[in-house]
Amino acid sequence: MSKQPTRLTVNGKAHARVVESRLTLADFLRHELGLTGTHLGCEHGVCGACTVLLDGRSARSCLMFAVQANGCEVTTVEGLTPDDGLSVLQQAFVDNHGLQCGFCTPGMLITLTELLRENPAPSEDEVREALTGNLCRCTGYAGIVKAALDAAERLRNGRGS
Amino acid sequence: MGAKHFGARVTRLEDPALLSGRGRFVDDVKLPGVLHACFVRSPYAHARLLGIDAKPALAMNGVHAVVIANDLPDPMRNQAMPLLLPNPSISALCTQHVLAREEVYYVGQAVAVVIADSRYIAEDAAAAVAVHYDMLPAVGDCRDAVAEGAARAHAALGSNVLSMFQLAYGDVDAAFANAAHVFEEEIWQHRGGGMALETRAVLASHDAATDLLTVWSGTQTPHIGRRMMADLLGRELESIRVIAPDVGGGFGPKAIFYPEEAVIPALALKLGRPVKWIEDRREHFLCATQERDQYWDVAIAVDAEAKILGLRGRMLHDTGAFAPWGIIMPYIAAATVPGPYVIPAYRLDTMVALTNKVPTTPVRGAGRPQAVFAMERLLDRVARELQLDRGEVRRRNFIQPEQMPYEVGLIFRDGKPLVYDSGDYPRGQDRALADADYQGFRARQRAALDEGRFIGIGIGNYVEGTGLGPFEGVTVRVLPSGKVAVATGATNQGQGTRTTLSQIVAEQVGCRFEDIVMTLGDTGAIAQGVGAFASRQAVNAGCSALVAGQSVRAQLIALAARVLGVKESDVDLDNGQAIAQTGNKPVIGFGELARLAQGIPGVSLPAGQPAGLEHTAYFTPSQAAYCSGTHVAEVEVDAMTGGVKILRYTVAHDAGRVVNPLIVDGQVQGGVAHGIGNALLEWMQYDENAQPLTTSFADYLIPMATDVPTCAIAHVETVNPMNPLGVKGAGEGGTIPAPAAIIAAIEDALSPFDVHFAETPLTPERIVAALRVAGAYEKFFAA
Repeated sequence: MSKQPTRLTVNGKAHARVVESRLTLADFLRHELGLTGTHLGCEHGVCGACTVLLDGRSARSCLMFAVQANGCEVTTVEGLTPDDGLSVLQQAFVDNHGLQCGFCTPGMLITLTELLRENPAPSEDEVREALTGNLCRCTGYAGIVKAALDAAERLRNGRGS
Repeated sequence: MGAKHFGARVTRLEDPALLSGRGRFVDDVKLPGVLHACFVRSPYAHARLLGIDAKPALAMNGVHAVVIANDLPDPMRNQAMPLLLPNPSISALCTQHVLAREEVYYVGQAVAVVIADSRYIAEDAAAAVAVHYDMLPAVGDCRDAVAEGAARAHAALGSNVLSMFQLAYGDVDAAFANAAHVFEEEIWQHRGGGMALETRAVLASHDAATDLLTVWSGTQTPHIGRRMMADLLGRELESIRVIAPDVGGGFGPKAIFYPEEAVIPALALKLGRPVKWIEDRREHFLCATQERDQYWDVAIAVDAEAKILGLRGRMLHDTGAFAPWGIIMPYIAAATVPGPYVIPAYRLDTMVALTNKVPTTPVRGAGRPQAVFAMERLLDRVARELQLDRGEVRRRNFIQPEQMPYEVGLIFRDGKPLVYDSGDYPRGQDRALADADYQGFRARQRAALDEGRFIGIGIGNYVEGTGLGPFEGVTVRVLPSGKVAVATGATNQGQGTRTTLSQIVAEQVGCRFEDIVMTLGDTGAIAQGVGAFASRQAVNAGCSALVAGQSVRAQLIALAARVLGVKESDVDLDNGQAIAQTGNKPVIGFGELARLAQGIPGVSLPAGQPAGLEHTAYFTPSQAAYCSGTHVAEVEVDAMTGGVKILRYTVAHDAGRVVNPLIVDGQVQGGVAHGIGNALLEWMQYDENAQPLTTSFADYLIPMATDVPTCAIAHVETVNPMNPLGVKGAGEGGTIPAPAAIIAAIEDALSPFDVHFAETPLTPERIVAALRVAGAYEKFFAA
């Protein structure tokens, strides 16, 4: 298998690796870098569990190769997590029962991070629309939507928690 | 946090790790030297296996082995997988070999496995394994399967009928003979898969130094899995440890023991290296068990006042190629039909058919949604024909709370008479209808119609047998650190089991919630266990946690009283300390008490002092618990596209006493989402040769955030008198009546066109087709 040198920044840390051309970005993050917070639920781009930020925009890490992220900045769920404790959005998930098994959760957090950055005061419908690229089988979405709206409000009010 | 934990809306202990990417699912477990497996699977629904040529695959770089059935160790080489739930009505073989031998019976059945340095190489090599088949006629539809002259799903069997059984009581034919009205419905019900977001996953590692085989599996039932592995590998139970780490959703299909859970450990033993297999989503569609099709032909007899006199009919269940959990889904369905209603006479004849599809086993609800749908469709029909309100028809037929305990007249799946222990069905329905503003709906409907919008409302009632035995265990042990260790055979795939059990133990022992160190889903932590299914863990493990906690509390108090020199009745436990309520209120911490309870080497313990501060309880419920509820769905139907939008969804739910409303609400809301999928979206389709047609999330739709409204949920608690916590179970009640309520609402919305539905899933194209047949579009455009 052909290999290619790849340089990318993940969660603020630079990595230079020689990887197989066909290695997906998701497998690279999980197995080469050990960032197992990014999950694979379908590997065909529907479930959204593998969503990461690629140069600040949400992207399916199962649908692209690691080499395609050459020169890019990637943020995973680990990168959303403060060194000490949880982010406002993560804490809102705790408070509003926004997760059950937790498998889809990293993708949800990434998608909502992008949404809240672009739209600090989303309506419930806008939150739901943004989440259509992320499937959750456990929660019925109510807690996730509530968490997103709660986090948006906390962030607007400048309250950490 | 104070001592009051039970009943509190406590946020979950599970959450911080899962939110920060520190969850540990099977594929997150890293072992040095691990090899990766990929299965070679049958592309045919039914074929004779003529030969397998592994040479091209073996020649590839990075491939370590290609294993077929004959390469497996005894006894799994020749022995079919154990049948977990036997039933005398089952007529023939009903479990598969872990790798196919002479014949394959469904698309996706494993015939060989490739082990390589990486999953990528293993997949390349699996494609290079040449398998020679001789195609046999396949049985796709279960109705065809039981027809005269049908092809055989198994070449060796003379019939595709796996089982026929009858559930009945009372003189049903007399009831029909004397009825003022008889109505009949033919119903098709399809249920899809569990579709947990994490696919199945197995990692096995054998430590030669200790001869311990450790298997990480994304399972709901690690203790059952260990038993199966011991049987198939010919190993002692104690030489196998099964760990279910974080598991990304269960919903039933992960309660089953699968071929891969036997093959991967066998490979780890054979190769002397850890072996990992992570199912991909396509494999999940092909090989993870589903529920699929049931055909019901049922009739109801009522008197002139719409009181039920009798119910009778037939049901046909598609079990697929095997029946690894026997016939429990059709059995549960047959026993769930009477539900919350007084039905003087009942008879259902059930036939279970083999087809060439992946086996069916319970999916959230396990036969109950189908039974409730059949019953509720019949009651809606009665209401329509007699021009009565649908809520009123149900009200006239409810079992009244003063009739509790109520003996239905059947034997439930736990082998015990079906006796409802408690419940207040009229109050549940009244609450749901009030919360849904049922009273005000006709005005809303008229207003909508004036705007050219079609909205409708539907009701679904159910009683669900939950909390099934035989038992679950909990060990509570005070540690020298002062923390409290809890071990249980109960498991967690998102239900918040860790939090719920911690609430119960913390309340009893008097420790801080966060000082509980819990091990669950690990056969190494507790000797015996069963696992998660049938909404059973709050009853079984919850009560064991209570009993073990009470015992340890008594031990703590006795020891502290002795050490502090006070009466036991003067000792209080709080925040991990024993505090005397007399004198200058001396205090001793749990850690010190735990050390004292270990005694001094060689010195006898004081009389009556047990060793350690520890207790293991295995609560064994005497029968199933019965939770109940009412769902009310309000929907809008786009008559032009057949699109359905759920405007409002109301639930009144009796799960007995609620340990944690946050978690129970979450279970109900999530269950409703699954029910919405069953009602409107989820359809695992096959062609006439039993080839699966929907093997991706693009073809098989599960509900998205825009499909599921936030439900209004009310807890109408009646205490379960059959267990000390008074709990019943909450995992499946959200799913069970949802299709009944939603389809009824769609029908109501389209009542101007007089169309009727007796099927799930009800997809847009089927709605449009029905409207077309009813001449709706002529009417629509004329108006």
